[in-house]
Amino acid sequence: MPNAPSETPRLVIKGVSKIYPSVIANDNVDLTIMPGEIRAVLGENGAGKSTLMKIIYGVTHPDKGEILWEGSPVTVQNPAHARELGIGMVFQHFSLFETLTVAQNVALAVPGRLDLAGLSRRIEEISGKYGLPVDPRRLVHALSVGERQRVEIIRCLLQNPRLLILDEPTSVLTPQAVRKLFETLRQLASEGVSILYISHKLDEIQELCHTATVLRNGRVTGHCTPSQETPKTMARLMIGEDLPTFHHGEPEEGREVRLRIDGLSVKSEDPFGVDLEDVSLEVRSGEIVGIAGVSGNGQQELLRAISGEEPVPDKRWIHVCGVPAGRMNASRRRALGMCFVPEERLGRGAVPRLSLTDNVLLTAFRRKMVRFGMIRRKAAKTFADDCIRLFDVKCGGAASEAKSLSGGNLQKFIVGREILQEPKVLVLAQPTWGVDVGAASFIRQQLLCLREKGTAVLVISEELDELFEICDRLVVIAKGRLSPSKATSETGVEEVGVWMSGMWPGAEPAKDEAPHVA
Amino acid sequence: MQPSLLSAILFATIVAGTPLIIAAVGELVTEKSGVLNLGTEGIMSMGAVAAFAVTVHTGSPVLGILAGMTAGMAMGLVFAVAALTFMANQVASGLALSIFGVGLSAFIGKPYESQALPSVATWNVPGLHKLPLVGHAFFEHQGLVYFSWALLAAVAWFLYRSRLGLVLRAVGEAPVAAHSVGYNVVRIRYMAVLFGGAMAGVAGAFLSVFHTPLWVEGMVAGRGWIALALVVFATWRPARVMVGAYLFGGCMITQMFVQGSGMHLNIPSQFLSALPYAATIIVLVIISHNKATIRLNSPASLGQPFSPEA
Amino acid sequence: MWLKFEQRPEPSRLMRYLSPLLAVGLMVASGMLLFHLLGKSPAEGFKVFFLNPVQDKYGVAELFLKATPLILCAVGLAVGFRGNIWNIGAEGQLLIGALAGGGLALHFHDTNSMLLLPAMIVAGALGGMFWAAIPAWLRTRFNANEILTSLMLVYIAELIVSWLVHGPWMDPDGFNFPQTRLFQAKATMPILVQGTRVNAGLFIALGALIAGWIFMNRSFMGYQMKVAGQAENAGRYAGFSARRTVWIGMLVGGAMAGIAGVAEISGPVGQITEHISPGYGFAAMIVAFVGRLDPVGIFFSGLLMALLYLGGEQAQQYLALPYSISKVFQGLLLFFLLCSDVFITHRIRWKK
Repeated sequence: MPNAPSETPRLVIKGVSKIYPSVIANDNVDLTIMPGEIRAVLGENGAGKSTLMKIIYGVTHPDKGEILWEGSPVTVQNPAHARELGIGMVFQHFSLFETLTVAQNVALAVPGRLDLAGLSRRIEEISGKYGLPVDPRRLVHALSVGERQRVEIIRCLLQNPRLLILDEPTSVLTPQAVRKLFETLRQLASEGVSILYISHKLDEIQELCHTATVLRNGRVTGHCTPSQETPKTMARLMIGEDLPTFHHGEPEEGREVRLRIDGLSVKSEDPFGVDLEDVSLEVRSGEIVGIAGVSGNGQQELLRAISGEEPVPDKRWIHVCGVPAGRMNASRRRALGMCFVPEERLGRGAVPRLSLTDNVLLTAFRRKMVRFGMIRRKAAKTFADDCIRLFDVKCGGAASEAKSLSGGNLQKFIVGREILQEPKVLVLAQPTWGVDVGAASFIRQQLLCLREKGTAVLVISEELDELFEICDRLVVIAKGRLSPSKATSETGVEEVGVWMSGMWPGAEPAKDEAPHVA
Repeated sequence: MQPSLLSAILFATIVAGTPLIIAAVGELVTEKSGVLNLGTEGIMSMGAVAAFAVTVHTGSPVLGILAGMTAGMAMGLVFAVAALTFMANQVASGLALSIFGVGLSAFIGKPYESQALPSVATWNVPGLHKLPLVGHAFFEHQGLVYFSWALLAAVAWFLYRSRLGLVLRAVGEAPVAAHSVGYNVVRIRYMAVLFGGAMAGVAGAFLSVFHTPLWVEGMVAGRGWIALALVVFATWRPARVMVGAYLFGGCMITQMFVQGSGMHLNIPSQFLSALPYAATIIVLVIISHNKATIRLNSPASLGQPFSPEA
Repeated sequence: MWLKFEQRPEPSRLMRYLSPLLAVGLMVASGMLLFHLLGKSPAEGFKVFFLNPVQDKYGVAELFLKATPLILCAVGLAVGFRGNIWNIGAEGQLLIGALAGGGLALHFHDTNSMLLLPAMIVAGALGGMFWAAIPAWLRTRFNANEILTSLMLVYIAELIVSWLVHGPWMDPDGFNFPQTRLFQAKATMPILVQGTRVNAGLFIALGALIAGWIFMNRSFMGYQMKVAGQAENAGRYAGFSARRTVWIGMLVGGAMAGIAGVAEISGPVGQITEHISPGYGFAAMIVAFVGRLDPVGIFFSGLLMALLYLGGEQAQQYLALPYSISKVFQGLLLFFLLCSDVFITHRIRWKK
């Protein structure tokens, strides 16, 4: 690590605080990064990592504290100012514009006259130099998630940044693509670029980063050198306790098929969507099946087809507990015993401005909460109270608005609401996405209990670790197709990573373009 | 059909389409920034009455247009304050603006109801206006007609060739992303709304000072709403606005020509007057039918409030 | 200095109720300013506009008479607005309802049956529903925006009325005035208080308020509409039919507007003319918003809006101001309401 003591730090943050009406996002945070240093900023969801980065990039402004850029105090006015200083940022939820071309997207972040031809040449130069292939003329909505990330990185590199911030960059990549990204980052660091790497993935930080700063509840709880730590010690710094582990019984053979998908093919109505091709899958009673894949490969479309939010033309494509259900809407499928936890909590899984009691009605109304077309609010309230108690939902009671709950607690409420309906089939999308570690392990434990009781559970997740932890079998989705299934114990991250690029044995070569991965 | 009649029909179609072009292009720019301003009808009414009053008092149609534009911008500002600063529901704010504008214009315009203005002279394009058939139809118009053509070209260039136009489209497509890249979303939307208001004001001025020229309560007669439909019809592309505007312009003058042509058709005049409104519905149905087209062309954030804080 | 809004951790219940009052206050204040600018005394203007209309029994009765169609239309619209169904064509549905009911009255001009008036009301509801069904169908079948289509149908409805009263339905003994003959006694609403014009239509409006309240707050269908309006994706996730939401939102609005139309022609108007409604269908949108899309609120905001109509008439008579001043007040009221609503979810912070 090029960290001679005489050198001026590239960036020093002293005592920075940011207070929102309901939460202290950053509390007296200190951080220093030297030229050529790769520093991890480690913390759980909600620990204040993203806020800190937004402060450095000028998207928000601190309430207190000081920022020194290459030795002199600065107030970062806005992102344009940050870019002028030499700070670049790659966002977790990309800040790209779908209907514009790659070159136009880049132009939006480059000051000066609009010269798309010249810009395209420079994009190609950079992409050649750092091994980030991308075509400047293509529209962003036609790009895979990995390609989009490259566009973001190129957009930063065009301005010759001296500090590059990456916010959870690997959540959208296959393990192989992660390795390629790390090569690029190391190359940049060797050229003297400082890199702030935000993540909650301990193994990646160990592999890539020279130093790490750990945040918890908005405060710095420690600095460390990842190469001298174990994941366990870093986890303790991050969450204040040890990572929970699960025990997992052997699956029983020969149980009945509860959810059968058979030759499902759907053309996406959304021009930016993915078409599903000949998807087949069975989930049996008492097992947890996981669907792995890089986001944007048809997960959304598959979920909507399974849940009934987007019924499919042929009723035999989807069987729920033996009943052909392809053309049924979500409510009728629920009547067959299927429950569903969607990825978005606010606005899909729950109505933000309604009370928890009213949100119970959304899916559980069949449990004697409606009589003669009128609502029996008492029954709904009882259900909500049970759910809050049994699933340890921290809130101001059943009358609180869904919007007022934290992400983890709302997720516990939604999972609880679905589980308490005693489903025969439970489908979950990203069950622990953006949820703190405690709530995540609680939810995983609940899924394992449900499995013991004989429910067929299907989990779609982008977190491979999670899938390997709880699933009996895994399949992979890529470009709208599904791989064969494999028992979790007989495969590993490496193989699944290869499959995530669409290259499983027997896969037809993709017709038009490279699979939707990096 | 003899050439002179065809020429007259073309001429009248262009005149009738002109206020639609001006108002719809303004609204198109507003919508491209992600803001749905349903107040066009009210803004046009205010533009019309302001332009008429100023022209009556000063005798200058140019000052009249400027007054219409100013009134339009003032109305746009009212909408922007509600919908952008106060983050009010855009649909409701637009409806409020329409009700308010139609009412206030009637209120202000009462003393002017019986007055008439001399008609504004046309400006014939040298040489070209002598061409057979198309000469009269295209090149013997009042200044604002040529303005509407220039406006279309300018807005098309602005949206697709200029940097600010690119920023405007980006803001309408993904305001959160635009904010995080460092653009002031609210300020850009303010500018777009003010431009839309100014153009609707000019469109109103054209109606009261150039087209009719007089002021009657309710004289905008739904043209503001038709302009809104035109933006959808044009799938947010300036060139198509022109096609649509002349289509509607043609519908609007049918009545005049059927009655003037000596054809004794036994159709009640109300049915012919209903044509543009019915055409609007039909056109909306045809365009909206294809959801993918709408999604590909409409600004993704259209109508959604944006708060830089969240 | 520049003001900035900061999100409240919890929406303010207090402001939910205060914001309409704040809006009314601001409207009155700017009204007084307007009077001042016009060279009238603000105090006199206030008295003429807001107090004069309700000085005596007749005035109060007029207030309820005017409020009747406003409340009827607003309750129906609120059902749709809650579900994000933007039916802004209540004015047209009111007119077609009036034509349906009025057509019946003209056809059975000689009947002596007690059933005529109820039949007219039913016909009015059906007429309004028919006119609202067009945008509903175009929306569910062709994805066409109901805002624009329902509004275009207002213009068409006005032209149909105009055609009928100028042509086929014109009173043969009416000296060529564009109006139908006066309805007979069996086709008119019974007067409730002698010496006033307030009629049984008021009871229909009150009944609609109660029915609307039960539907919105107690029924499962009302709940489904609320979900659809607040979070479309949640509605789909729950499996509630989006089409049904559109249909119910539009049809209820149309039925109520149609009944309001019949209430007008069989009440104060007594025949069909080109001026059945002074923009009730549009004003009702303001009534619905100011009333928080809630029947209790709509009752009060309906009376307020009726007062603005009456105030406009008074201002015309005693202050020599155009009648359209009441529309200016209506627009201002809605604007102020929309702006004050930000305080429910946000508070102001002054930035230096």
